[in-house]
Amino acid sequence: MSEIVTPLAAEAPWAIEMDRVNKWYGRFHVLKDASLKVAKGERIVICGPSGSGKSTLIRCINHLEEHQSGRIMVEGHQLTRNLRAIDDVRREVGMVFQQFNLFPHLTVLENCTLAQIWVRKRSKAEAEKTALELLERVRIVEQAYKYPGQLSGGQQQRVAIARALAMDPKIMLFDEPTSALDPEMIGEVLEVMIELADEGMTMLVVTHEMGFARKVADRVIFMDYGRIVEEAPPEQFFENPQHERTKQFLSQILQGH
Amino acid sequence: MSQALPQREPPDRPWAAMAMEWVRENLFSSWVNIALTLLAVAFVVVVVPPIVDWGIISAVWSGETREACLGPDKGACWPYIGARWGQIIYGFYDDPQRWRVDIVYIVGAVGIAWLMIPRLPGKFWVGVAMYVGFPILVYVLLSGGMFGLSIVPSSKWGGLLLTLLISLTGIIFSMPIGILLALGRRSELPIIRWLSIGFIEFVRGVPLIMILFMASNLMPLFLPSGWNPDKLLRALVAITLFSSAYMAEVVRGGLAAIPKGQTEAAAALGLGYWRTMGLITMPQALKISLPSIVSSCISLFKDTSLISIMGFFDLLQVIKSGNSDPVWSTPNTAFTGYLFAALVYFAFCFGMSRYSAYLERTVGGGKVGTGKA
Repeated sequence: MSEIVTPLAAEAPWAIEMDRVNKWYGRFHVLKDASLKVAKGERIVICGPSGSGKSTLIRCINHLEEHQSGRIMVEGHQLTRNLRAIDDVRREVGMVFQQFNLFPHLTVLENCTLAQIWVRKRSKAEAEKTALELLERVRIVEQAYKYPGQLSGGQQQRVAIARALAMDPKIMLFDEPTSALDPEMIGEVLEVMIELADEGMTMLVVTHEMGFARKVADRVIFMDYGRIVEEAPPEQFFENPQHERTKQFLSQILQGH
Repeated sequence: MSQALPQREPPDRPWAAMAMEWVRENLFSSWVNIALTLLAVAFVVVVVPPIVDWGIISAVWSGETREACLGPDKGACWPYIGARWGQIIYGFYDDPQRWRVDIVYIVGAVGIAWLMIPRLPGKFWVGVAMYVGFPILVYVLLSGGMFGLSIVPSSKWGGLLLTLLISLTGIIFSMPIGILLALGRRSELPIIRWLSIGFIEFVRGVPLIMILFMASNLMPLFLPSGWNPDKLLRALVAITLFSSAYMAEVVRGGLAAIPKGQTEAAAALGLGYWRTMGLITMPQALKISLPSIVSSCISLFKDTSLISIMGFFDLLQVIKSGNSDPVWSTPNTAFTGYLFAALVYFAFCFGMSRYSAYLERTVGGGKVGTGKA
């Protein structure tokens, strides 16, 4: 760690900087020298076959997974094992999961206020106001007093997005947000994500929704066997992929559409 | 449940026909079912009438001595219970001081009822009062020696008082200790994990009666001379620790059932370990393990009868010793006493069981663990 680290978050040039990040699960090498820079406000879609390390990559960004070598900077905070550093990073980063992971014992509203109250130290009234505004934004405010188990998958995922946004994150990570949804519910979730992108949120989205990638992404990243194989703006990525594996993958995935 | 479905039967169907259909479907649907039904009926016919006759119809309800209960056709000797009532409720607590026990009973009953009835407000503060204030109140009132109260040594406490005191103490303190042990057993710190595993496995591997025996007879040998904790205190500690090992395993089972996504979502929101545990994981785990927790409480309640080997007179022991009282010696005395004890134990255990079933239906908006949906 001889590099000079930018000391102030406000001066950090990049939202996320990953520099030769490596990770192993036991002896299995999941991330191989992954380097990635994400500018503020940039929208990135990450795709690749299952097991290619794309989920692991974004889960390293908020330290749900620990990388073993390389450097990760998020909004000017370097991710180390230091718990304070991890907290600092998690304060800036929201995450939406494939399985929604709403808290089933809390109402929709409580799901959205809990972390505001305990982590952001907001008053209950303030937290509820923020939560209701966000629930309104994801068009689910009328379900605020229900429990997650009473909602459809698409509704739950929109609540999950509102829950993450309630913490005022600077970056949003989406880990296959539509993969667990019935086809007719994918649209309503993507719609919310597109709106979010239009508002200038920095987003990293792991998804197979190539339509979304075309429409929203500034850059598409293709991963295979733990490596970032190709990264390009969507037009170039879809029309003129450079690598053999990318072409193969695209032909497979676009066949189904 | 099936409101949305069209009703299979027209609603004005005569109830007799519906009853017949129920009987046919549920009692006589197959040869095995018919055989079981007949066996069950035979059992009821053989067993229930004699018990009802003995316990109620032929029972003696009033009298001053055994004479009232003697006779060839006499059943249960209930006046005996009446004569022993004071001992059953208070043990050998000094007669003029029994109002102190009454206060403990009343405060305890009101406090517990307050916590159990959902509509009543202020659960948090009542809970704190019951968890922290009530044990102190019980100690001050029952032991005395303060505020001008005369000292009543714990060897005089007995009967239902002692049974409830020990089981409540056990339940109140074994929950938090059990939760901590469960967390310890799942800890990433090896020393804490090993200590927790060691404690849990040791305690679960030996009979309670042996632990009580050790607390009663062996422990004084190891303690520095002059330091001799009250025998009841030793019993309470022994029972609490014993029960907490079982609680720990029950809670651990609940924790294991919570999907990993829950802690990940909490972590992603910036909640630390303790908040994630206290706000997300533990509430769900406790709800899942509620039936087993109540089972443990019921076991604990009944196991308190084992403290008689330390020389205490709990509910069962008070009745047992009363059974040999020559004033009430009749062929039915012992049966009456034991039947009464059984009814008291049953009332408490069944109450706990029903309350847990009620909680399972209502707490936290019904089903937990459907986060994945």
